[in-house]
Amino acid sequence: MKALLIGECRDGKLLEYSYELFGFASQQGAESAMVLIGTEAALPSYGGTVYLADAGKYGEYDPDLHKRLVQAAVEREKPDYVVFLHTSYGWDLAPRVAALLKAPQVSEVVALAEGGFERPCCSQKMRQVVKPVGTPVVLTLQGGAFPALVPGGTPQRQALEAEGEGRTEFLGYEAAVRKGVDLTRAEIIVSAGRGVGKRENLPVIAELAKVLGGEVGASRPVVDSGWMEAGAQVGVTGQTVSPKLYVACGISGAIQHLAGMKKSGFIVAINKDKDAPIGEVADVLVVADVMQFVPALTAKLAK
Amino acid sequence: MKILVCVKQVPDMESRFRPDAAGVWYAETDLAFRVNEYDEYAIEQAVLLKEQLGGEPEITLLSVGPDRVVEAVKKGLAMGADRAVHVRDEAAHFKDPFQIASIIAAYAKGEGFDLIFTGMQSLDRGSSQVGVAVAEALGYSCVTTVVAFEYADGTVTVKRELEGGVKGTVRMKTPALITCQLGLNQPRYPTLPNIMKAKKKEVNVIPVEQLLQQEARLVLVKFSAPAKKGGGVILEGEVADQVDRLIGILKDKTAVLR
Repeated sequence: MKALLIGECRDGKLLEYSYELFGFASQQGAESAMVLIGTEAALPSYGGTVYLADAGKYGEYDPDLHKRLVQAAVEREKPDYVVFLHTSYGWDLAPRVAALLKAPQVSEVVALAEGGFERPCCSQKMRQVVKPVGTPVVLTLQGGAFPALVPGGTPQRQALEAEGEGRTEFLGYEAAVRKGVDLTRAEIIVSAGRGVGKRENLPVIAELAKVLGGEVGASRPVVDSGWMEAGAQVGVTGQTVSPKLYVACGISGAIQHLAGMKKSGFIVAINKDKDAPIGEVADVLVVADVMQFVPALTAKLAK
Repeated sequence: MKILVCVKQVPDMESRFRPDAAGVWYAETDLAFRVNEYDEYAIEQAVLLKEQLGGEPEITLLSVGPDRVVEAVKKGLAMGADRAVHVRDEAAHFKDPFQIASIIAAYAKGEGFDLIFTGMQSLDRGSSQVGVAVAEALGYSCVTTVVAFEYADGTVTVKRELEGGVKGTVRMKTPALITCQLGLNQPRYPTLPNIMKAKKKEVNVIPVEQLLQQEARLVLVKFSAPAKKGGGVILEGEVADQVDRLIGILKDKTAVLR
């Protein structure tokens, strides 16, 4: 079995989570080779074959060219799996590669199961197993599902080229907005999610944070709705936090949010939905309406 | 200008999901359906562009699924789309993302859409494949996970959302397909007069057999709840009792209560 792993670079550096691809290959006992559109400085610590295409020539985001580069490597390696991470790069490029290869794609794989692949569905509340028909199989892996592995060694480099021009023009990166409190240093965070109901209810969350001596965070929908500043957002596209206590109020627990807070020391979730995915990481799940439970908790703690 | 917006109807995610008789997808009994949240941003962006261009663009909505999906396109029509196509398919949930994309592309081919908006994923299946696969089938430029959109003179400039809150700016010519991320805009609530107007708008029904030309590349094997990791305490019952029990646990297990 052979896996062609598609690494990721940003600003000329290898993104650390690319090592999760080696973790996957190792877990499957698969031979591997990597494709990297990057620079020499970005080569992984790995003794296998790396097809290195020059990011100076092909850009870090030029999917029309990147898909052809991956195709060229597929033709040489003839892999069983073409493996991406389920990231902004992977979910953008993988379906294009699948279309080019006329190959099945399974997105956001968390495990192999029953002769197929297990993946989340229904906003992470449920799991489905699907079986691909045909080879190679294009996969995107859920972040964190396969532990990172640094194989070590010096790669055997192979040049990788593709013809033609891309139809999109990449104009550059824009740094993240960082305003407000640095939640990464907070020892206690009380975060508000959609279950808070409306903006007018937010003071209830702030009062609990105050009585606990903590800071206020937010899940993405609360920021998207304009109820709170983007700087308060916890999750993949916000801040990654690990306080001693994290209180998730009305947060269902999208994978992007969980990735940003699951390393907290102790997690309390308050949610009406007993099956909400936040329950997966919570030490205590209080099944209740936020607007009934939180004020009662605050009142008792304030005594 | 012609704009297409792809709309999926999905269950409310607070629902309790149970496997269907075959055990491969959810049973629809007792589920309430609504417009896929990501697609609401797609509809809104199309309507904003129509407004920007003085009402000239024609917005077509397309939804694949059983008759219930007409409710979803009606909402989009009330938000400001002009017409809708319902690709009637009682078994849409058995089609894989590639087949759904092929169905959409088979319709869109020859229609000459300048822009296609889709959500970046659906809340129920969440493959993030369909939009990109439609673009690939049509030979359109495509950018995913868009959180800012601008259009001027046949050129689209977007920001895509990357990890860590970083954004990447990308420019392309039409025809193009954009997959919309949460937060791209503020989807409007349909007003009552617009809901009434939407009732008179055209919904063209096409049987899926006319558009489906591809075999599935994925077979559904199983649908189930994730294995519980266990360890977590679940507190149910009266609020006052829950409060006392939680405070007890926090005193016992953490050092945060002084």
